[in-house]
Amino acid sequence: MKKRGMDVLLVAALVLAGVGMAVLLWPREPGEAVQVRVDGTVTAEYPLSASLRTRIEGVGGYNELVIEDGSARLEEADCPDRICVRTGRIRQKGQSIICLPHKVVIEIVGAAPSPAPDVTGR
Amino acid sequence: MKQPAKNRFSAKKAARFGLLVALALIFSYAESQIPPFFAVPGMKIGLTNVVVLTALYKMGSGPAMGVNLLRIFLVGLLFGNPFSVVYSLSGGMLSTVVMILLRKSGRFRLITVSVAGGVFHNVGQIAAAAVIMQTAQLGWYMVVLWFTGMLTGALIGVLGYEMVRRLPDALFE
Ligand SMILES: [Zn+2]
Repeated sequence: MKKRGMDVLLVAALVLAGVGMAVLLWPREPGEAVQVRVDGTVTAEYPLSASLRTRIEGVGGYNELVIEDGSARLEEADCPDRICVRTGRIRQKGQSIICLPHKVVIEIVGAAPSPAPDVTGR
Repeated sequence: MKQPAKNRFSAKKAARFGLLVALALIFSYAESQIPPFFAVPGMKIGLTNVVVLTALYKMGSGPAMGVNLLRIFLVGLLFGNPFSVVYSLSGGMLSTVVMILLRKSGRFRLITVSVAGGVFHNVGQIAAAAVIMQTAQLGWYMVVLWFTGMLTGALIGVLGYEMVRRLPDALFE
């Protein structure tokens, strides 16, 4: 029955590590802006208070970003798995929606959005 | 005619190995037809892990790793893309290594080995996603996938246990 004891120990350790991660990593702060990244590059940032619908050109396809009522979601996409669409709404700082096939990440960030990228000097 | 017995032995073993790879392919395909019910990339039941567990407990560490590697490359070739191969390779290799080590330690039951395998499968996939997407902001995915990995690992462990128990050892000798 020594074997069973080790099993309980390992499963307990896994649960504990998971709870620890949840406490450390689970986003709780409300966010302020939505950052869009395509293939690792920030392509746009919008205030979460906005009400808009825009098309993100991903790698090999598009994702339609909708921001309303203080949350963001990818409403439509032509990716094969459509997992990004199923992820639903996000509003807490640190939350993200990922479209792996298109290499698109939208993430809720805390900082106020910077001016539109095309206006900013380099 | 040197060692005919040994040759026959390995041919038979190769046939069993091929059978397991074929079974893993079928499971992979079946699973790809199920729409994902958790809206997180990489969230799958991991049916093929039943086959990896069978290979691990009936044939050993090498065949378990081999079945999984071949399965990943064949699935990528048949229904996937290079990108999905990297992704499943990272999860598949990490979970298989963890399961091999835990089994070798001789201290854990099959179902526990499978639970740890489920968790580290998802950890490997998240790690690959973090590198590919160039983002470290995958914390909440990690939390969700950590626990779903435990649940699916337990489910697969029960199936795998039945498979290992019911299949006669003679089939793999
Ligand atoms: Zn998508």
